[in-house]
Amino acid sequence: MLNMGPSHPAMHGTTRIMLELDGEKILNAELEMGYLHRGFEKTCENKTYFNLLPYTDRLNYVSPLINNLAYVMTMEKMLGIESPERAQYIRVIMCELSRVCDHLTALAAMCMECGAFTVFLYKMKAREFIWDVMEQTTGARMTTSYIRIGGVRADLHPDWRTTLKKAIDETRKVLKDIHGLMSKNKIFLNRTRDIAVVSPEFAINYSWTGPCLRSTGVNYDVRKAHPYLVYDKLDFEIPLGERGDNYDRYMVRMKEMEQSLRIVEQCMEKLDRDSSPGQLMAKGIEPAEAIKTSRVKKVEERIKLSPNLEGAEKDKYKDILFDGKKYIVPPKEDTYTNIEGLISHFKFFMKGHGIRPPKGEVYFSVEGGSGELGFYIVSDGTDEPYRLHLRAPCFHIVSSLEEIIRGHYIADVIPTFGSMNMIGGELDR
Amino acid sequence: MAMEKEEIIDALKQNFSEKIKNISVQFGDEIIVIDKNSLLDVVKFLKAEPYAFTMLLDLTCVDYKGEELRFEMVYHLFSLTTNIRLRIKTRLLEKDPGIDSLTSVWKNANWLEREVYDMFGIRFDGHPYLRRLFMYDGFEGHPLRKDYPLRKRQPRIRMKK
Repeated sequence: MLNMGPSHPAMHGTTRIMLELDGEKILNAELEMGYLHRGFEKTCENKTYFNLLPYTDRLNYVSPLINNLAYVMTMEKMLGIESPERAQYIRVIMCELSRVCDHLTALAAMCMECGAFTVFLYKMKAREFIWDVMEQTTGARMTTSYIRIGGVRADLHPDWRTTLKKAIDETRKVLKDIHGLMSKNKIFLNRTRDIAVVSPEFAINYSWTGPCLRSTGVNYDVRKAHPYLVYDKLDFEIPLGERGDNYDRYMVRMKEMEQSLRIVEQCMEKLDRDSSPGQLMAKGIEPAEAIKTSRVKKVEERIKLSPNLEGAEKDKYKDILFDGKKYIVPPKEDTYTNIEGLISHFKFFMKGHGIRPPKGEVYFSVEGGSGELGFYIVSDGTDEPYRLHLRAPCFHIVSSLEEIIRGHYIADVIPTFGSMNMIGGELDR
Repeated sequence: MAMEKEEIIDALKQNFSEKIKNISVQFGDEIIVIDKNSLLDVVKFLKAEPYAFTMLLDLTCVDYKGEELRFEMVYHLFSLTTNIRLRIKTRLLEKDPGIDSLTSVWKNANWLEREVYDMFGIRFDGHPYLRRLFMYDGFEGHPLRKDYPLRKRQPRIRMKK
């Protein structure tokens, strides 16, 4: 008997595997999880639809924007609203960058656990450049809460093209380096080729999705099967594997990152029009002054907003948010200067008054970093969800680990577990 | 030739006429409410050709506290060949919250059912290893039930030997 984890460097912090061994061969394995369980679903049932958005960031903390998107798109399906086209392209850019981040992190961890520390550092470097773009756009690196019901929180930064180009170029360079370092590396091949081979039937029976399913040769991607946002207008391929072993799971992710970068470039071209030239924040009158003026007459001048609200000025709302007062945060300019704006601000945030979808239940899913990420929400007509359930992609994948590693050696557990991309945040919820 | 949702629903109606309680559409999703005793038959029928719902996308439960049929089991099936998602629901009595396990049909039902057992206390007949998944052994109550308070504290437990 051997106990792997929960504080084992290759267990990603939060899983424990109990192994029954014969020498180094695994006879039986049992997974114990729940070390990161924080009652996500219970918490959400006691929060309003708007308030629970930040909790979705913490599910898959490597690609928070896709989690935001999955939740928000589910709500939009329920409310029957659609975001403006510009917002959709921004969403796609951000989600594809998140997907690259997710794959980079997964593979970085996998390669590092196989002994390739250089690769880990290279990948972290590439991720840093992508996070620069995210920081510039969303204001945060990990806990973004950027995608909102009806659109996105703020428009892209005036300087976004330079940062994004740099991120794409640097990531491409890193991917090339990693192909050179790993793809034909004998040590890596020995650890991954023909280890933990998974047949398509097995994968489907366990309801695998995402890169892991595609590594077995099954062509299923939510972006192609049930297109959402503007994915049907974009040109990209779905890389498939052949054997379904660890190496294929690595290779599919590598190829997928290239496709994601392609998508981002296409979106860059489509977004030819930059948002209204941003003289922006620095100019204009102080909010306090505007409030004072609004008591006697209508305020015509631009108001100097907090830098935190950059990109969310009133004149950008039509580009980035759905046109409907009930579902979006009213622009700050209105809140400061007229009574209607103030009332709608309070109405939006007051308990019992915010977003109240019709009664019913809805399921919607998007393609997350490691597979189909779906939300199932039951609404009872109030402003809090009656039941919120998350379909976490890696839950289904990790649940098959016990069976996959049976008959293999202890050393094989590590690349296998790494190639599955277990994310404690969404597995344990 | 892609199969339509209507075809599948018609076939279900024909084969399980008295077992199907209700069929409705909400926000574009088909919902089929069935009798809890026919669950295994219905999913086996759907999993076989030509419908080929080979994936159990999701399995969860909703607690309608105060109703006699308190627990609602929700199954999401997906077919790779026809690209259709289907939602199957069934209600369980508050006094006797038990249902057939799907572990013989789909392997990922194992953990999904353990999670539902952990969070709602639903008994799955025929499950090979029904044990709490997220919570520890010795945890009192079922956290996702509506009568479990949000900030309830648990008593201390003894350390395992």
